[in-house]
Parts: sequence; C-alpha cells; structure tokens
Amino acid sequence: MSTRQQASLDGSAQHRSPETAPHKEKENTGVIAAILSGVFWGLGQCFNRQYVKGILFMLLEAMGLFYLINYLPRAVWGLYTLGETPSQMMKVGKLYKMVPGDHSIHLLIKGLITLLVLFVFIWIYVLIVRDALNVGRQRAKGDKPNNFVQSLVFVQEHKFAYLFLALPTAAVLFFTIMPIIFMILLAFTNYSAPDHIPPAKLVNWVGFQNFADLLQLGTWSGTFYGVLAWTIIWAILATVTCYFGGILVALLVQQAGIKFKTMWRTIFIIPYAIPQMLSFLIMRNMFNGEFGPINQYLSYFGLGKLPWLSDPFWAKVTVLLVNMWVGIPVTMVLVIGILTTIPRDMYEAAEVDGATAWHKFKAITMPMILYSTAPILIGQFAGNINNFNVIFLMTNGNPPNGEYQYAGSTDLLVTWLYKLTLDNNKFNIAAAIGIIIFIIVASLSIWSYRRTRSFREEDMIQ
Amino acid sequence: MSVGAKKNSRVRLILSYGLLILIALSVFYPTFWILMSSIRPGTSIYSETLIPTNPTIEHYISLFTSEQYQYGQWYLNTLKIATFNMIFGVILVVMTAYALSRFRFYGRKNLMSGMLVLGMFPGFMSMIAIYILLMQLNLLDTHLALILVYSAGAPLGAFVVKGFFDTIPKSLEESARIDGATHWTVFIRIMLPLSKPMITYVGLMTFAGAWGDFIFARLVLRTKEKWTLAIGLWDMVNNASTNFTMFAAGAVLIAIPIALLYLFLQRFLVEGLTAGASKG
Repeated sequence: MSTRQQASLDGSAQHRSPETAPHKEKENTGVIAAILSGVFWGLGQCFNRQYVKGILFMLLEAMGLFYLINYLPRAVWGLYTLGETPSQMMKVGKLYKMVPGDHSIHLLIKGLITLLVLFVFIWIYVLIVRDALNVGRQRAKGDKPNNFVQSLVFVQEHKFAYLFLALPTAAVLFFTIMPIIFMILLAFTNYSAPDHIPPAKLVNWVGFQNFADLLQLGTWSGTFYGVLAWTIIWAILATVTCYFGGILVALLVQQAGIKFKTMWRTIFIIPYAIPQMLSFLIMRNMFNGEFGPINQYLSYFGLGKLPWLSDPFWAKVTVLLVNMWVGIPVTMVLVIGILTTIPRDMYEAAEVDGATAWHKFKAITMPMILYSTAPILIGQFAGNINNFNVIFLMTNGNPPNGEYQYAGSTDLLVTWLYKLTLDNNKFNIAAAIGIIIFIIVASLSIWSYRRTRSFREEDMIQ
Repeated sequence: MSVGAKKNSRVRLILSYGLLILIALSVFYPTFWILMSSIRPGTSIYSETLIPTNPTIEHYISLFTSEQYQYGQWYLNTLKIATFNMIFGVILVVMTAYALSRFRFYGRKNLMSGMLVLGMFPGFMSMIAIYILLMQLNLLDTHLALILVYSAGAPLGAFVVKGFFDTIPKSLEESARIDGATHWTVFIRIMLPLSKPMITYVGLMTFAGAWGDFIFARLVLRTKEKWTLAIGLWDMVNNASTNFTMFAAGAVLIAIPIALLYLFLQRFLVEGLTAGASKG
C-alpha cells in the first residue's frame, strides 16, 4: 500500500514504473513543469501534455485569484482593525440620516472565511506544483503521462479515501472549524453589551483581558469559580451514580435464577427510548413544588413538601436523580453486553477452586466490566461537564443566586455560557468560558483516548 | 448444595426481585403519569387521583384543531427535518468511517486527532458564528439550515462506525479486489450489506437527535409554523398560559413512535453501543 501513498494529485503512472527505472537524459523536465505550474496553475500540466487537466487547473486558479484579489485586502484590513467607523447619524443635505458604517462582527467572520479560502488556495497550489513535478519526472523516465480519463480512473483506484473524505471534510470545515475559530477570536475582543454591540458601536481587540477578568479577582471571577466548582462536582457525581447504578441494574437482571431477563431489560431501556428533552420537561413538572405529584405523595404520607426545584441544595439533588433516570439505561445496556462476553469457563475454574459468589464477582466480573468500560467512563465524565439539556430544561440554572453574575445555583459552565450569549449578549466572556471548558475536556480526553484501541494502530487486530 | 446456601440464595432472589420491581415502578411511574395527565380534563398539573375519574381525549383532538398550537404542522416539520438529517448524516458518517477504517493515507492520524479535538468543544460555542453565517446565506428560519448544520456535524461522530468497520476482516475485500472489483463495488456490494446493524444504529441516533434537538432549533426557527415539536412543547410548558394536559398529550404522541422504534430495534441498539464501547 505504501507506494501508492505519495501525495500527488493524480500521481500519473507511478505504480507502473518501479523506483529503480534508469534515468534518461531529459532530467529537468520535472523541474521545468513544476516551475511553470508555479507561475500559473496548469501551465506545467500542459507542458506535460495533460491538456484537459491543465486547462481545468487554469480555470480554477483564475476563479481563485478573482475571489482573492477582490476580497483579501479588505479581509486583512477588517481582521486587523475590526472596522473604523461605526454606523452613525450624519447630516446629509438638510436631514440626518443613518449612515451604515463598519460592522465589526461581520468583518470578522467574512475575513475568516476569506482566510480559509486563501488557506485552501495555497494547499491546492502545493498539490498542483507537486503533481507537475511528479508527472514531469515520469516523463523524464520515458513513461507516457496519463490522459484525462486515465487520471480520473487513477484517482478512483488509489486516492479513494480522499475522494470519500472530501465532502465530510468540507462540511466540517465550514460548519464546525470556522465557527470555532470565530469564537476563539471573540474571546480576545470586547464584543459585549451594552458598550460594544455593532453596528452602533465598534468592537476592539483586547488581548487576554477577558481571561484575566474571569480568573483573577474581579466581578467575574467569583461567579466563575463558583460555577466551575459545581460543574466538576456535578460531573463526578452524575458519572459515578449513572455508572454504578447501571452496573447494579445489569447485574440484577443477569444474575442466575432471575426469570424473564429480556422483559426486565426491555422495561429498563424505556427511559433511554423516550426523547431526553421530553423526559426532562415531564420530570420538571413531576417535581413541581406546589402541584407536582411527588410532593402530593409526600404530604399524603404525612411528610412535609420538599422544595425540589426551588432550594439550591434540593435542586442539585433533583437534577442528579433525574439524570440517573435518564442515564442508567445506557450503562446497563453496555454492561449486559459485556457480561455475556465473559467466558463461562473462568467462573467454572473459580468454582472448582472453591470461590464464593462474592469472590467470583470481585475477581472476575468487576475487573472485566471496569476494563471494558473505562474509556466510556471518561467519555461520560467529559459529556457530563457539557451536559446542557438536563440543567437547562430541568431548572434553567435556578434557583437564582444573588452573588452570581447572570448565573443561578445549578448553572453549569455550559448553561452559563448559553445565558451569557443569548440572554445577555456578553459574547466575549462566553467565548472565554468556552475555551476554558475546552481545555478541561480536552486535557482529560486526550489522556484517555490515547489509550483506547481505536486510536492505536488497528492493523494489529486483524 | 447445603440447606443454608439454598436458603441464602432464596433470600437473595427475593431481594433481587424486590429491587427489580422497585426500579421498574420508578421507570413506569413518570410514563404512566404523563399518559394519565393527557386524558385528564382541565389544564392543570394537579389532580386528586392518579387515574382520572372521567377520562377524555379532547386534548389530543385540540392539539390538531387549536389555532394557538399548530401541532400537526410541527409534527410534519420535525418528521421532515429528522428524516433528511438521518439520510445525509448516515451517508456522511459512513463515508468518513469507511475511509478512516479501510485506507491508510497521508494525514490519517492527524485527521483522527483533529476530529477528536473538535468534538471536545462545547457544541453551541459555535452557535453564534453559525447564526451569523446562516444570516449571510439567507437561511435563517428555514428547515434547510437545520438539516445542513445537523448533518454537517455528523462526521465527527464517525468513530463508533469506524470501530465497527475495523472488525470486518480485510480478507473479504482483498479477495474481491483480486477478482477485479473497484473500491466502489467493494463498498456497495460487500461492506454496506455487512454493516446493516451499524447503519441502523447510526440512523436511529441521528434521527432521534434531530427529533429531540431544542437549542439550535430554537435559535434558527422563529416563525411558529416553522417550529419543530421540541420548541412547540417547550413553549407549552414555559408560557404564561401553561396548558399542562395539552403538553402531556403532545408528549405522548412524540414519545410513542420513537420509543417503539427503539424497542423494535433494541438488538441493533445493544450491538451499536457495545461496538462503541470496546472500540472506543
């Protein structure tokens, strides 16, 4: 496979001519072709007698250049200055009229898109020059260059992976990478209400100011550390309760002597099958402090009503409980799957040695489960740090906390981020929080993913 | 087995059944409660008895006839978005996973690391940028925007499918290649039929994802007749004029098709989840 991997756009006849072929006299054909393509795409290809390809490349560069010449200067200027004149009332003749100025945020995003196009342009540039060089070298060796149809066939046969990945990559580049870069950039601006909202006002670069505000003592840091602490406590508790709850349910269902295993399993999958969003909305009403059925039962049995959602402590208990209801089935399904794969003879061997049920569980079942699900555990922990739905739909961060800026007692970093962007227009702080969440999750995940099998060289499995 | 051990295991079994029944009850209660609420007259949450004394189906009828709630329209909208998202999402995921699993090409490792890293950013950190982007493209308040954004994010979740492809022996495709099959033929005639369980799983997940998404849909869809079910239902219990029993009826109608799908496709669900677990 490795000989097919050389990165040229169509690679010409490489696979037909082994590396050891004797060099002929026209040795600089490749270099000439490369230089020609470097001057203008496609020239080198035409020089190599690949006319259709050459003309296509020329058209491509013409289009690219047209776009870049039109947009690049303004993009660079826009990214650097973020605009110079805000929209304002100006006297035009005798009337005051609104004159549109520079919109910093639109400048930022357009600049970013143009830079991405430039980046793709340069990348194609490199590929085309390299292609001209390779085909030229093949010609120097006396091979006939591929015609256009042969080139297409070659791509399909030897660059299939790139062909398959082109569409997903473009989608991700446009709808994931670009927005993320945009938000990272926002973290270094002062884009926030009330003083820096375009188009009436301009936005400026402020360096690390937002991070300093969040991390050092100041108006924001009190809220930040409070919310961060609850986020981490939440993530640990939510992960542990769902994980061990799931294992417990799975062991209950699968233990020897229990009848109707499939029925029990099907029943316990139900919470997983109901759309999460619905479960949370239903639960929120069930735990309603005044009219909800839970409190109704409590008072029926002569117990006092509990402030399930209105007291900071009980609200936290409630979201953890509800999260268990929704989360346990996933772990249960996983663990049942793992339990069925543990070889029976391991238990039989243990029985011969006189092991009790508890011994077998401790020495065989539990290690097997832990071994197989450890990566999942880390993944669930990371997922819980970003668990938006349960908090937003159950409590919306409430009950309110007077000491916090725009956050309530049960708010996680993500829900706080959401409130800051959509309700309060503090985009700069929100973006900085997003980056901090990313750093936490990323350092955790990279550490663990590196250890999973999928990421190591999989070839050894087969 | 001694008498003591036998008694011991009887006790254990009785305890286990007790626990199982308890858990089953706590699973059933919310579902049962919402079902009963949906056929209770009136609009409030509160009721004297769990099972209503004079059940009615008026809430189900008014869901489709009321001026205020365009439930039927929302249902169609959601169905459309979820179906298209499922089709495009599955295509993109399977293509990505197949390329990553079956080919060794320049930049593969970096691509995989990149996908992992991107998956770690909080999802809606990118919302504002996407919002402005959609505004520039004139796509705000359209269903196309939702379908585009949902499916474009799908390839990042290709690892589970890649793990599944990894388990299909290489010898299968190698023998086909020797017989002169192109990569396309191998993919369509050999790999796709073999990965039916996985495709079902991914399809179900992407369908349910779009079916239940609320955050992004709320950001993009502004006019009431374009809403999805998730926004509509959220609106029902978040409005000043809360109409709980109507919400309950709406919730039941949403949950039933999805829950049935899950229960029928349970086998695939288990396979998909466990494949994801052991392969990362």
